Amino acid sequence: MSILVDKHTRLICQGITGSQGTLHSRQALEYGTQLVGGVTPGKGGTAHLGVPVFDTMQEAVNSTGATVSVIYVPAQFCLDSILEACNTGIELIVCITEGVPTLDMLKAKAIVDSLGSRLIGPNCPGVITPGQCKIGIMPGDIHQPGRIGIVSRSGTLTYEAVKQVSDQGLGQSTCVGIGGDPIPGSNFIDVISLFEQDDDTDAIVMVGEIGGTAEEETAEFIKDFVTKPMVAYIAGATAPKGKRMGHAGAIIAGGKGTAAEKYEALDRAGVVTVRNLAGIGDAIRECLS
Amino acid sequence: MNLHEFQAKELFREYGIPVSGGVVATSVDEAVDASERLGGNRWACKVQVHAGGRGKAGGVKLVEGSDGLRDFASTWLGKRLVTQQTDQLGQPVNHIYIEELADIDREFYLGLVVDRSSQRVVVMASTEGGVEIEKVAEESPEKILKAQIDPLVGAQSYQGRELAFGLGLQNGQVREFTEIFLRLSRLFQELDCSLVEVNPLVLTSEGRVHCLDAKINVDSNALYRQSRLADMRDPEQEDEREAQASEFGLSYVALDGNIGCMVNGAGLAMGTMDLVKYYGGNPANFLDVGGAVNKSSVSEAFKIILDDSDVRAVLINIFGGIVSCVVIAEGIVEAYKEVGVEVPVVVRFDGNSAEQGRAFLQSSGLDIIAASTLQDATQKVVEAAESIS
Repeated sequence: MSILVDKHTRLICQGITGSQGTLHSRQALEYGTQLVGGVTPGKGGTAHLGVPVFDTMQEAVNSTGATVSVIYVPAQFCLDSILEACNTGIELIVCITEGVPTLDMLKAKAIVDSLGSRLIGPNCPGVITPGQCKIGIMPGDIHQPGRIGIVSRSGTLTYEAVKQVSDQGLGQSTCVGIGGDPIPGSNFIDVISLFEQDDDTDAIVMVGEIGGTAEEETAEFIKDFVTKPMVAYIAGATAPKGKRMGHAGAIIAGGKGTAAEKYEALDRAGVVTVRNLAGIGDAIRECLS
Repeated sequence: MNLHEFQAKELFREYGIPVSGGVVATSVDEAVDASERLGGNRWACKVQVHAGGRGKAGGVKLVEGSDGLRDFASTWLGKRLVTQQTDQLGQPVNHIYIEELADIDREFYLGLVVDRSSQRVVVMASTEGGVEIEKVAEESPEKILKAQIDPLVGAQSYQGRELAFGLGLQNGQVREFTEIFLRLSRLFQELDCSLVEVNPLVLTSEGRVHCLDAKINVDSNALYRQSRLADMRDPEQEDEREAQASEFGLSYVALDGNIGCMVNGAGLAMGTMDLVKYYGGNPANFLDVGGAVNKSSVSEAFKIILDDSDVRAVLINIFGGIVSCVVIAEGIVEAYKEVGVEVPVVVRFDGNSAEQGRAFLQSSGLDIIAASTLQDATQKVVEAAESIS
C-alpha cells in the first residue's frame, strides 16, 4: 500500500512544457512514475517527453484516465489551474509552485473541499512513494522503500529527515511535503490520519516549524486518534519574534507559534520529540525497537 | 509588505471609510503649512514608521499652533524612533502625519486577518480598543468578537450587525459600523491584504463611528497584481542587508551570534540555526539561498554574511534537491577570490551532486573544512568559532 500515490497512479502535469514542468516531468518518468500526459493550453495534440499534451485538463483526464495532477505553472496562474483540475473530478492535485497569493488559496481551498478533491501544497516538494511514484522536486535517490511515513512543512528539511531514516536502514512508505504557506491544501492532520490507516506504515515522522498553530492542533488530534509511534521535530527554536524566516508561514506573531509551545503540545500527546535535528533517524529507530 | 499609516488612510478614504483629515509632511516647512491646509489650532502629530508602539516611544503628540508643528517636525524628521517593536537602532522617520483631532467618547478595536485554522479572513472586534490587543486575546478571549468571511461570497451585512450589537452600539451607529465593516472587507479582498487593523476605532462625542488609526499589511506574493501598492513600498523602513539579499533571491535575517549560516531552504536554514545553538554555538544569521541559486548569488550570500563583523566562522549546509552542490561549490570558490574569506568555513553537502561538489572544493586547494554529516559539520563550526573568539 502506501498513501496517496503508488505504482498504479496515473499522473497529468499541468504546465508540462514550461522549464520546471519539463525538468521534473523528465525526472518523474526516469523514476518510473506513470506520467501519462500534460496540459499546456494551445499545445494540445503535440507530444512532449514522449507523452501527449492536451489543451485542457478535462480532455487530459478523459483521454488518459488520470487520477492525479501536478502543477508547475507560475504562481499567478495557480488558482486557475487548481480550479480547472478539481472541476474534472480528479482525486488529488499536487501544487509545487511557490508564491501563490494567500487570498487565492482561501478560494482554492474552499472549492477543492466542496468538490471532494484533495490538494497538497502549494510551495511544497511534492509526494513520493519510494520505488513506485515520484511527484515533485525531491531528489529520488535519497529515498528507499520502507514502512516509515514522513510529513513535513518544509522542502530540504524533509530531505534531511528522509536521509536520516534511510541511513538507519529503514525506508519510507510515503513522504508528503505539505508546504510552508499559511493556507496549505492539506495539513498535518489530513496526512497523519492517512498514515494511521495505512497497513504499510509502522511509524510516522512529522517535521514542523514555527508559526501558526497547526502543530498544536495536530497534537490534539494525535492524542485522540493516532496509535502508531510518532517522532516530531520543529524547526525555528532560535528564530526571533516577528521576523519572517523565509517561509510565508514561519513567523512568530504575538508570542504565539513558538517551537517551545509546539514541542510541549506534542510531548503531551505522547509524541517522541527531537530537539537535535541530526537525531531524527536515531529517534525513529528507538521508537521501533 | 507594510504600508505607512498615511498611505493606509489614503486607501481608507478611497473606499469611503471615515478617517480624519490629515496631511503628510517630509520637511519642517511642509509641517507648518499643514496648519493652513487643515485649519484649526490643535492637531495630532504622528511619526510614520513601520513599527507599533509609537505612542509610548514619544512618536505621537498633540500639538498646538504652528510652533507646535515646527517643534514636532524638527524633533523627529531625519531621526530614528525606537519602540518596543524595533531593534536598538530604531526606524528612520522621513514622514510625519498631521491630523485633525477627534473628540473620543469610546474606543474599540477592529482588525481583519487571514486565520490559518479556520482558513478564512476573520474580522475581530473588541470593546478593549487602544490597548495591546494580543494581551486581551490572551487574558480575556471572550472580549474579542469574531466574524468569519466566506472566501466565495464575501462579507455580509448581518455579520457587521452582529459585531456592532455585540460592541454595544445603537441605532445609526450600527449602520455606520456595518458600512465600515463591509468596506474594510472589500478593501482587504481587493488589495490582497494580509492584515488590516483599526486600533482604535472610536465613537466620537457626536456619536459617529470613526477610524482613528489605520494599519495595512499587503501579501507580498500578490504585489504582481497590486502595482500601485508595490509603488508605496518604503525601502528605508527595511533592513538594508535584508533588502540587499532579497535582490539576489536570498532570504536573510540578521541575528546576534557569531556563526554565519548559508543554507538552502527556509526550514533547513532554521533547523541549522537551531542545531548550532544545540551544540553550544550562536548563529549570526538566517540565510536561505533559495531554489534558483547560481554562482553569483552564492558569492553575494558570502559577502552579506561576512559583512557582519561579529562572524567568526561560517557553516554552509546544502541538501541539494533542485539545487546542485556543484553550483554552490563554484560560488564558494568564486567568493574566496572576490571577497577574501578570512574566517574558517565548514561545508556539508548532501543530495544532488554532493560528491562532485566536494571534489570541486577539494581540487580548488582552498582551506575549507569538509564535514561528512550535519552533526559533524555543526560541531566543527562551533569549535572553529570558539577557537577564534
